[in-house]
Amino acid sequence: MIEKIKNIFKPKKAKQTSPVNFNSISKPTNILLNILFSILAALCIIPFLFVLIISLTSEEALRMNGYRFWPEEWSFDAYRYILSSGNNIIRSYGITIFVTVVGTILGLFIMTTYGYALSRKYFHFRGFFTKLIFIPMLFSGGMVSSYLVVTRFLGLKNNILALILPLCVSSFNIIILRTFFRTTVPDAIVESAKIDGASEFLLFRKIVLPISLPAIATIALFLTLGFWNDWFNAMLYIDKNSLMPLQYLLIKLETSIEFLIDNSSALGTAAIEEAAKMPKETVKMAIVVISTLPIVCAYPFFQQYFISGLTVGAVKE
Amino acid sequence: MEAIKSTNKKKTFWEKVKENWELIVLTLPGTIWFLVFAYLPMFGVIIAFKEWKINGGFLQSLITSEWVGFDNFKFLFASSDAWLITRNTVLYNLTFIILGIVLPVTLAILLNELLNEKLSKFYQSSMFLPYFLSWVVVSYCLFAFLSPEKGYLNNIITSFGGQRISWYTEPKYWVFIIIFMSQWKGVGYGTVIYLASICGIDESYFEAATIDGATKWQQIKYITIPSLKPVLIIMFITAIGGMFRADFGLFYQLPKNSGALYPVTNVIDTYVYRGLMNLGNIGMSSAAGLYQSFVGLILILVTNGIVRKVDNENAFF
Repeated sequence: MIEKIKNIFKPKKAKQTSPVNFNSISKPTNILLNILFSILAALCIIPFLFVLIISLTSEEALRMNGYRFWPEEWSFDAYRYILSSGNNIIRSYGITIFVTVVGTILGLFIMTTYGYALSRKYFHFRGFFTKLIFIPMLFSGGMVSSYLVVTRFLGLKNNILALILPLCVSSFNIIILRTFFRTTVPDAIVESAKIDGASEFLLFRKIVLPISLPAIATIALFLTLGFWNDWFNAMLYIDKNSLMPLQYLLIKLETSIEFLIDNSSALGTAAIEEAAKMPKETVKMAIVVISTLPIVCAYPFFQQYFISGLTVGAVKE
Repeated sequence: MEAIKSTNKKKTFWEKVKENWELIVLTLPGTIWFLVFAYLPMFGVIIAFKEWKINGGFLQSLITSEWVGFDNFKFLFASSDAWLITRNTVLYNLTFIILGIVLPVTLAILLNELLNEKLSKFYQSSMFLPYFLSWVVVSYCLFAFLSPEKGYLNNIITSFGGQRISWYTEPKYWVFIIIFMSQWKGVGYGTVIYLASICGIDESYFEAATIDGATKWQQIKYITIPSLKPVLIIMFITAIGGMFRADFGLFYQLPKNSGALYPVTNVIDTYVYRGLMNLGNIGMSSAAGLYQSFVGLILILVTNGIVRKVDNENAFF
């Protein structure tokens, strides 16, 4: 089992190709399979590309022809609008980035410390603290009482912490970290460092964290993605426009695009005029694009880490 | 070392605490988080047996609210909603469990056979991409196709002289749309997990099988699928345990919360959410939530018990 986990985190060696490829599929089958997978791959990418194309269509062409893969007229109006008068959008972007960064760091702090303690065999209370995180995986208090705890007990309605705290810890991630620490940080190292007078805290900071970077990066990715894509907590806990993360802004836009116009600066007729000028449909799609672009761009780099994390998760202790 | 271990058993609780106090400190942040965000809500499920009245803070309200026994549950199960949401949740999940095993396993086996490894990587990455998009973004992607006025599908239908379809008010299409979209978003994830396991199978099994004249189909049936068993069982137990839980975004964001579609899109999670946020019906929602958590717990215990009887090694806990 230990070997298995170690291998997962090592860069995969190239598959050894045997001199005679006697166990391969035939060329025609290969071509058929390639066609099948090309279609599937296209099916998965095209919807997002379509949104990108719509965001680059001129509002006029959109009104005339509807959504098309090759619009009659291309235009950057939507993005120009966001840059020039999209204060709300840029603020939401800021909220999303803040929540993601702070949440990821906080989550890593809580989960690595906990996971490390669980990974030590000489920790007498290991059983108790493992049960403590395992029980919530089987039974949860549910949406209503969680909602009441956050709003009534912690008083976090319309507080940015409500977007961060409920999401930053998960039992599953702690278990991944514990498994990793157990294999990469042998008790022997810890013992010898302790004899040299190092405290657990020093040890954790100076030895455990540096050699566990691959696992920590994986968990950081899980967290980052979770925070970046979260809208559910915002839907529950946030009403204020000034605290809206991007994903929630997108939900609000479905019903009213006018909402984008800063109602503090523009009131009455001014607001109506500005609303008339706005390329409404394309702006929505442009926000979808800018909210997803960071993920799509970073995707090729983090995919491998992500996979390694998932496969460790599927490995039982 | 041996000597130390043998004395461990005689240590009193306080001696253990003294020896491990640093590790206990390390678990503190996590413990506090679990107490507040997991155990306090668990305790809060008693709301389901009370008539929630706000009276000071959360705990005070919880304690001073009047006991009503099973009244909330009686109301819930007397309404037609209880049957509808249970049926929808369970039937969709059964479909997802079957498809979620058949599709990714098939695709992973086929991907593994492709002759060109670079192309195989590319297909894998493309199919994994939707997993990283939030349901809000996915709902916009879908809207680009299904929008009644501008959508791509209606454009095609009208260009062939057909009638526009008002997609977001026609329940009959949505069973298919929901199932399709859930697979669209999730198939890459499953494929990647199973592919990782398939890559871990010792090549020599296949070589030996080929020499003995086994066909591809026989190799898949007798080597690949049995090797996937541990992963399959873990995924299966998790899926069964989650059978009463629905992916909120899939059933709420994707159909744009359209009332006309409730007969086929209302599941326990959306019901609880609407009860809590739109109707403010704390009693009924918390009853539905507890019903969900409780049945989920039973399901996971029973499945795990069965797996343990049949195949002890692969049980979850």
